[in-house]
Amino acid sequence: MKNEPDLVIVGGGNAALCAAITAAHAGVRVLILEGAPKDYRGGNSRHTRNFRCMHDGPLSVLTGSYGEDEYYDDLLRVTKGNTDETLARLAIRGSQDSQPWMEAHGVRFQPSLSGTLSLSRTNAFFLGGGKALVNAYYRTAERLGAQVLYDAPVTHLELTQDKITRVDYTYQGENLTLSPKAVVVASGGFQANIERLVAAWGPEAENFLIRGTPYNRGDVLFDLLDQGVQSIGDPTQCHAVAIDGRAPKFDGGIVTRLDCVPFSVVVNKHAKRFYNEGEDVWPKRYAIWGRLVAAQDDQVAYSIIDRKSKDLFMPSVFPPITADNIGELATKLGLDVSTLERTVADFNAACQPGEFHPTELDGVTTDALNPPKTNWARPIEDGPFYAYELRPGVTFTYLGFKVDETAQVQGPNGAIRNLWAAGETMAGSILGQGYLAGFGMTIGTVFGRIAGREAADYVR
Amino acid sequence: MSADTIQEARRQIEICNACRYCEGYCAVFPAITRQKAFADGDITQLANLCHNCRGCYYACQYTEPHEFALNLPKVLAEVRQDSWQDFAWPPQFGKVFHKSGVAITMLIVLCFSLFFGLSRLVMPANGDGFYATLSHSMMVAVFAPAFLLPLVSIAISLRRYWQFVGGGRLTVAAVKSAFANVGRMKNLSGGHGEGCNFEDEDRFTKLRKIGHQLTMWGFLLCFMATSSGTILHYGFDIKAPYSLISAPKLFGVTGGIMLTFGTIKLAWLKTKADRKLGDGRVWGGEMAFVLLLCAVAVTGLLLYAVTGTVLVPMLLAVHLGTVLTLFLLMPFSKMAHGFYRLAALLQDERKVNNDSR
Repeated sequence: MKNEPDLVIVGGGNAALCAAITAAHAGVRVLILEGAPKDYRGGNSRHTRNFRCMHDGPLSVLTGSYGEDEYYDDLLRVTKGNTDETLARLAIRGSQDSQPWMEAHGVRFQPSLSGTLSLSRTNAFFLGGGKALVNAYYRTAERLGAQVLYDAPVTHLELTQDKITRVDYTYQGENLTLSPKAVVVASGGFQANIERLVAAWGPEAENFLIRGTPYNRGDVLFDLLDQGVQSIGDPTQCHAVAIDGRAPKFDGGIVTRLDCVPFSVVVNKHAKRFYNEGEDVWPKRYAIWGRLVAAQDDQVAYSIIDRKSKDLFMPSVFPPITADNIGELATKLGLDVSTLERTVADFNAACQPGEFHPTELDGVTTDALNPPKTNWARPIEDGPFYAYELRPGVTFTYLGFKVDETAQVQGPNGAIRNLWAAGETMAGSILGQGYLAGFGMTIGTVFGRIAGREAADYVR
Repeated sequence: MSADTIQEARRQIEICNACRYCEGYCAVFPAITRQKAFADGDITQLANLCHNCRGCYYACQYTEPHEFALNLPKVLAEVRQDSWQDFAWPPQFGKVFHKSGVAITMLIVLCFSLFFGLSRLVMPANGDGFYATLSHSMMVAVFAPAFLLPLVSIAISLRRYWQFVGGGRLTVAAVKSAFANVGRMKNLSGGHGEGCNFEDEDRFTKLRKIGHQLTMWGFLLCFMATSSGTILHYGFDIKAPYSLISAPKLFGVTGGIMLTFGTIKLAWLKTKADRKLGDGRVWGGEMAFVLLLCAVAVTGLLLYAVTGTVLVPMLLAVHLGTVLTLFLLMPFSKMAHGFYRLAALLQDERKVNNDSR
């Protein structure tokens, strides 16, 4: 190190960079220790694309207004009340002045992407997506004098009474140590740590796919929790959605999502249906399907549609498995032919007439079928037939640090005087369950800025 | 066209179509989202629509070492290059000059020698200025076919392109927007007006756009200088040399200066840019072409500067040699990109208009 840093930032995603930029602005010597190599810098922020933003009137690319109470109500709905109101309102209110701050530090916005019109009022989309945001922030941070080390995972933060006294990390094959005045932890959850997932969830977790970075292993999170730092969020829970089963184990990102479930029948490896595919519109239901598929044998399911529905959803990156009849499709999927034929025939026979509307709850339902399909229940009968394999894709974990309104981490005996946390690693306080599109970036940005400001105040 | 390259481009474009994060950068991504399946003609159209601004590469979460290994600027550059070579007429000229800077240089030498020889062997009986070295009729005898035949060749190529990508009747609105896109180089603006990622990884700068605008507009001004000279000569019987306050000189000197600076800037940027994000096979040919343009501009300006001195015959041969090379290579060098890009923008505007109807 040329200069011993005042502030070490653990992690290199959105929250880490917001903290680094804020502190560097205040004249603090900042060192970012990013565990990933440069090509993969930015953690899960690389995969994000928008920022949920409160605004009292039109703001940048955002239309209309989105007030604090409506925003908070949306949060209550997805978390079922499992949130910390003070911290949640802090994040919501902070989003409004964060949007211009983001623009001032290099982030560029665009109107909502095609296929996401429903979010044009509430979410500001990053031009080029999350990696473009991360690139812009690294440029800004380095211009302000922050130093960055890639491939530099932190292995241990030494907690002595109420202070962090030592940062251990590895870099270029060496074990190194620093003793900065302050530390911000912004290194995400532990969803890429399969052993930990198995310990929390059970052996099924071996079959989960991880949608984001393989570098969020939670090493610093568990290191500090083991030293008695207070946690929040259910340690056994993760946010999982149903994604294309052919996705890579890690880092498949957005292109592995599948939106075909509402127009399909979904069967497990025994070729049996197990849940109402038409319960609600997909944006409100996609999050439960990760869990539903995880509960099936071998954590796999198959979504089957016919020609009629082929063009009703966004194309997936993997072409569907195609066959001219259901029996052939069963063979290609490795399912029992007669069972799948019977499942589809039973479903088709139960479909009631009605007017099909792909974009709204149309009430086209099945009769006397268990489980029922209560919307978009059209017979699967017009070949060719298409199938997509579904598997649970883990987005993030809920376990994190308990922080106060200044993002300060709470130790065994109260606040740790020189340690702050931001982003996914403390988001469990606010997002106790469920997920709200673009809210992870809001928490990361607002608390990243708070952590940077508080750490800078402490250092000076 | 290489089936493998097209298939690789298709693989990448299908991933892009499932992601769509880059929608705001340029015209390529909105064009992708209008389709679900991509025929070879569609891929070729997208390739020619791409201006190689590289914004999508640096924003991409799927570039190597990710197993999806996306590098859209590179694969589209390769498809684009293949299409120019395959549509070229006559086809055997298509390949060599695109790839080889040496071939371009040799052609320059050849053209120079032609003029040098002509000026020695066929001394004009009389004439002012340049025409004392080489008669007007001799110049016309060389340049009329050397200008018109390449244009015919390009017309044939563009017709092939237009059929291949499924082009059709153009509306006035489509033509207007396409030309506005070219005039402002909208697709080198990055969508936010801050330019490209080119010479310094993910940093957005306007350098390439400025370099390209100077080059394009400088070239067009030089072309207007020649055209206005032709009109003065044949229409008004006003013959060269022209004074400084005349259309040919005003256009020519301004355009020559712009073209000089623009091409120097583009050549410099090209040495800084990552070669892996373009078609590496034609780097040498592209570089030689930019330098050829630069040589046309510099020798043109020098020729004006040395008016009346003994240097004129030699410089005239050099200048006319470079100009002749440029004309001859129009269909077979990077110069072709301007024509194909315009065609791609026209086709894109057609599709946008058809969709919004």
